Amino acid sequence: MADDGLWLDGNAIAGLLGEVFDTEMTAVDRGCGSCGAHRVIGAHRAYRGAGTVLRCPVCGDLAARIATLPDRHVVRLAGTWLIEVPRAGQ
Amino acid sequence: MRPPIVWRVATVRAAADETPHARTLRLEVPDWPGHVAGQHVDVRLTAEDGYEAQRSYSIASAPEDGALALTVERIDDGEVSPYLAGEVRAGDEFEVRGPVGGHFTWRAEDGGPLLLVAGGSGLVPLMAMLRHLAAQEAEVDARLLVSARGWDDVLYREELGVLARRPGVRVHYTLTRGAPPGWAGFDRRIDADMLRAVGPPPEAEPRVFVCGPTAFVERAADVLVALGHPPQAIRAERFGPTGGG
Repeated sequence: MADDGLWLDGNAIAGLLGEVFDTEMTAVDRGCGSCGAHRVIGAHRAYRGAGTVLRCPVCGDLAARIATLPDRHVVRLAGTWLIEVPRAGQ
Repeated sequence: MRPPIVWRVATVRAAADETPHARTLRLEVPDWPGHVAGQHVDVRLTAEDGYEAQRSYSIASAPEDGALALTVERIDDGEVSPYLAGEVRAGDEFEVRGPVGGHFTWRAEDGGPLLLVAGGSGLVPLMAMLRHLAAQEAEVDARLLVSARGWDDVLYREELGVLARRPGVRVHYTLTRGAPPGWAGFDRRIDADMLRAVGPPPEAEPRVFVCGPTAFVERAADVLVALGHPPQAIRAERFGPTGGG
């Protein structure tokens, strides 16, 4: 395992994703645009460095890139994310 | 209504050593929205000069517990854990955000059987699940395998002994760096024979939760898949250098 210890699960960035999307994201399903595998975000691989990168756990293709700047988060998504959010007041 | 993800001030009400390297903090958090076993919180410490350090810690307490408990393992050259697992005192305050995570969670109504595999302080969120099981008097077949370096490194030893007397709950240990004389448990790194002995077998379709350092989780997951557990049935939570400290 060449990258041993350098990555975590999507679970580890649940707080950041919650801040960006204002909803619980780790149980959200994502289809990979590269290999087609469907996995929940919590089962993706999260790499944290200067920013945060989320990758498909099957093929390693990019799922999200989040750059956190002093005044905002900049988010780039890839693949198909199926996000279901309760409607206000329901 | 979804609770907004906000930072709240937590006040330490009690701090108790679990092992020479780990400490449990019982926190009071006003307007805490409650949690599900397996979830974690983000902790933010802010220095007087404004410098911030943020880490994630699993929740150790059952949802039924009145207080929010975190068990923090001290990483000696870490930035946050030496304080949380060391100098912190009752009355200290820091910020928490959460609970977060909806994937690595278990509710009693989800049922079993359960296979919980813990490496080191990866036991913490799995302990929340067992405490929840006990609080709910849930009749669930639950097997826990705890991998630790030595007997003195095992968190919650006494409480696990009590939990293991519940019908359906079985607790196994493997000590990877030396076992005490007369040790009857496992004494090696996790492998197929060990997980086969712990059970339940794949045919019983257990919900599998694995938590520990990245290398431990990788090894456990590989062995579980080789035994025939479907990858989708295995929920994993890894922590490593980028998440600890």
